[in-house]
Amino acid sequence: MTHGALAAADHGEHEHPSEQKYIKIAIILTIITAIEVAIYYIDWMHDSGALVPALFILSIGKFLTVIGYYMHLKFDSPLFRYMFIAALVGSLAVIGALIALLRVHTIDFGPGGFIS
Amino acid sequence: MAQAVATLETAHGGGESHIGGADHSGHPPTSTGLDSRKIAMWAFLASDCMFFGSLIAMYMIYRGEAERLYQAGQGIGPLPHEILDIPYTSISAFVLLMSSLTMVLALASIQKGNVRGLRIWLGATALLGAVFLGGQFFEFTEFKHEGLGLTTNIFGSSFFTLTGFHGAHVTIGVIWLMSLLIMSLRGGVRKDQALNVEIAGLYWHFVDIVWIVIFTLVYLIPYDEISTITHEAEGALRQIGLG
Amino acid sequence: MASIAQPQVMAQPITKPATGLWSWLTTVDHKRIGIMYGVTAFLFLLLGGVEALIIRTQLARPNLDVVSAARYNELFTMHGTTMIFLALMPMSVAFFNYVMPLQIGARDVAFPRLNAYSYWIFLGGGIILNLSWFFHAAPNAGWYGYAPLTSTSWNPGRNVDFWLIGLQVLGVASMLAAFNMIVTVINMRAPGMTMMRMPIFSWTTLIVSILLVMAFPAITAALILLAFDRYAGTGFYEYAAGGDPLLWQHLFWVFGHPEVYILVLPAFGIVSEIIPVFSRKPLFGYSVMVYATCAIAFLGFGVWAHHMFTVGMGPTANAVFAGSTMLIAIPTGVKIFNWLGTMVKGSLRFTTAMLFAVGLVSQFVIGGLSGVMHASPPVDSQQNDTYFIIAHFHYVLFGGTVFGLMAGTYFWFPKITGRLLDERLGKWNFWMAFVGFNATFFPMHFVGLAGMPRRYFTYSEDSGWGPWNLFITIGAFVLATSFLVFIINVVKTLRNGEVASDDPWDAATIEWATSSPPPVYNFASIPEITHRDQLWWDKYGDHGAGSGVERKAPAPKEQVDPSSIHLPNPSYFPLVSAFGFFILALGMLIDNPVLTIGLLHLPILVPIGGLIMVVAIYAWAFEPAG
Repeated sequence: MTHGALAAADHGEHEHPSEQKYIKIAIILTIITAIEVAIYYIDWMHDSGALVPALFILSIGKFLTVIGYYMHLKFDSPLFRYMFIAALVGSLAVIGALIALLRVHTIDFGPGGFIS
Repeated sequence: MAQAVATLETAHGGGESHIGGADHSGHPPTSTGLDSRKIAMWAFLASDCMFFGSLIAMYMIYRGEAERLYQAGQGIGPLPHEILDIPYTSISAFVLLMSSLTMVLALASIQKGNVRGLRIWLGATALLGAVFLGGQFFEFTEFKHEGLGLTTNIFGSSFFTLTGFHGAHVTIGVIWLMSLLIMSLRGGVRKDQALNVEIAGLYWHFVDIVWIVIFTLVYLIPYDEISTITHEAEGALRQIGLG
Repeated sequence: MASIAQPQVMAQPITKPATGLWSWLTTVDHKRIGIMYGVTAFLFLLLGGVEALIIRTQLARPNLDVVSAARYNELFTMHGTTMIFLALMPMSVAFFNYVMPLQIGARDVAFPRLNAYSYWIFLGGGIILNLSWFFHAAPNAGWYGYAPLTSTSWNPGRNVDFWLIGLQVLGVASMLAAFNMIVTVINMRAPGMTMMRMPIFSWTTLIVSILLVMAFPAITAALILLAFDRYAGTGFYEYAAGGDPLLWQHLFWVFGHPEVYILVLPAFGIVSEIIPVFSRKPLFGYSVMVYATCAIAFLGFGVWAHHMFTVGMGPTANAVFAGSTMLIAIPTGVKIFNWLGTMVKGSLRFTTAMLFAVGLVSQFVIGGLSGVMHASPPVDSQQNDTYFIIAHFHYVLFGGTVFGLMAGTYFWFPKITGRLLDERLGKWNFWMAFVGFNATFFPMHFVGLAGMPRRYFTYSEDSGWGPWNLFITIGAFVLATSFLVFIINVVKTLRNGEVASDDPWDAATIEWATSSPPPVYNFASIPEITHRDQLWWDKYGDHGAGSGVERKAPAPKEQVDPSSIHLPNPSYFPLVSAFGFFILALGMLIDNPVLTIGLLHLPILVPIGGLIMVVAIYAWAFEPAG
């Protein structure tokens, strides 16, 4: 994080997308949301176990689109990108660990089964 | 609570000038060339990630507990799959998503000096936010009507807490946008103050992405399927001799 | 980027600081706020110390009855809470506030009024916690507040409510201060002050603030859930309701372990400034020191469950957290060796500040080593909940943090007040603290390993712990006396102490380039930074600090007319808004009279406080900032 590099990157106008682009992105986001809801009503998705991974991928796509374009992380100073991504990854790691620790601590090692 | 106050703090937009502007005895504007308030907002959002992260972790840890207790004859309903209304919430999610669009349009307007555009889109964003909140209020009263309150079971507790704190964030956002709108109507937001709108926008989009996560984790991932997965995992583990 | 109301009012010319109570209540000067943090925190430190002395008196002999068991619970809870949240953390923040902007060559922090707001909220939180004594409801569930000790069924009084509301308020104050510090370090550095030229103390300010904003949300969320459990009757931590008491422990320690580094890293930063100055050598391995600090902060988020080895997380989790905990010893060890490497072949001057700094290095190593011991789950199973743990974390938090903060106080006191603390009394202060501290806490290793459990209000005659406990209590009083010596030293110095020059220690960093005490605007002209240890470079050039060869004095920079320097206006809105917040928080604890709006029953203080808070924030937003 040197002076020069950041300062050079951030003087002047950022290259923000145009209004048309914003509207296009909104249409894409709407379509993804519609797909999410639609696949929820397809039995096959439930039965095959594909629903949850599909929902994860779709919502991660929406998430990244909003932070990248609407919050300008894709165009703005790298400092903001580092700050937010670091916080996001850190939070995800802690959440993941918490869920793993607390959902598994009820392990029943007896003959009854693995997760009680 | 920390979040609410911190947000209100940053919400005052124009008020907090920072030391060392370009005209102050040759001090450079800032070390990075970036505005201090924008860095502060991103730092706040980073911190808020951890706040919602903790609440989401809590929700996911307790997901399925109400069903387990119910099956064991120790808990009471209503259970999530009986009460969550996906078509209704899809519309809420859509409304919030569209409010993100109107928010960026408000910013794009003022960056071009279009004050009228700013007012229209700010108003639209606040309106869509209010519609979302109205939807949430109606959803909550409907649940209450069907017998699910904050203390009914662990599902009710974790559901109302997680979505309620998201709603509180939206409420603060709507108040903030309304304040900006009033400031603009009094001639207070010009092109060179687009940053005030940009910072409010960052907050608003963040609230939107939190809802993207909540919509998926709380509403869309089916509650029965979770237990199916658990059984499959159990079977798989048993096959490799760990069970 | 111009602010809305900026140009309307010109700031008053600042040639000398304003005086009087009102000027302190409305101040937005980082130096004054730093002093207020320091003084308030020291008073809370004395309060926490008195609580500790009562605890030690109770434990001096077996079966004593100085306080009741219930009172004892309150005392150890409030001792821990006070020391951590009201004494050590704000004392570190005092140094962040006073020293960091001077070190990086800024005129103030990034958001001066927010800075004042943080202080007033902190004060309100401290008052709320201690008001509990007057309501006969002092917190009594330990500073860690484990569920179900905090549940309404086991703890029906207001005790835990005071604790959770107080901590919530203090959390807001800490987070607001931390946002301010982060932005200040990133954005307010003097020209030429790159990150890798920045003094280590300013680096630790940044890292600790990042830890704060990432760690506090976890306890905020945990406390919110606890508040729902207590106020609304949910069952987040109730096993019977489908909740899990362990969720509290996990969320608490997700915050609580980074908190340990929040407490100790500022002290590390302070001694990293002091040891080079009194060794007349640049810090050994500056960049490694920076990376080690970052590594400690990063790893600090991955070790929390080592506080929970005995709850039965299973072998995998225990092994993972044992491994990550032991890993953290590596960057910590790197720091120790860097300090030692700085001292090697230096021309050492053992001033009081240096003695405390070296004291930290030696005492923290003891705490670190016992920490590595119970990083191993089997060992921890033996030591958990015994006095061995008490010994360990007091070596870290007293031998580490307090010694470091004392070192910083002796070091920067001349800069802050313009007078040098008395060295003879200072040496008495140090040696009494050193001896008293070790007499108090070293024997706790022995009674801990002998099985004496922590938190018990007394012990039996035939346990055999009596003699050591008497010894410990005597040590505690010696330690307390050392603080008396410190107070005498401060009072004496303020009255007629030796007047300090601008740079009494021949120091390395630019806060010593301005006058003692610094003017309101810090520097008449902002220094240009070309080197690490800029002031040494200015004084000695390539010859280096230890050489004694002075460089030809650089041509004095043109002096800016101080009255042309633009500083923020004082403001009373931070105080008013913080007062509103205080009233709101108090409303959560005093539920009479009640205001009823439809279905909503609110203690009347909540809406009143909230209204004051919000109105003041809006007034502040539209106030000309200057």
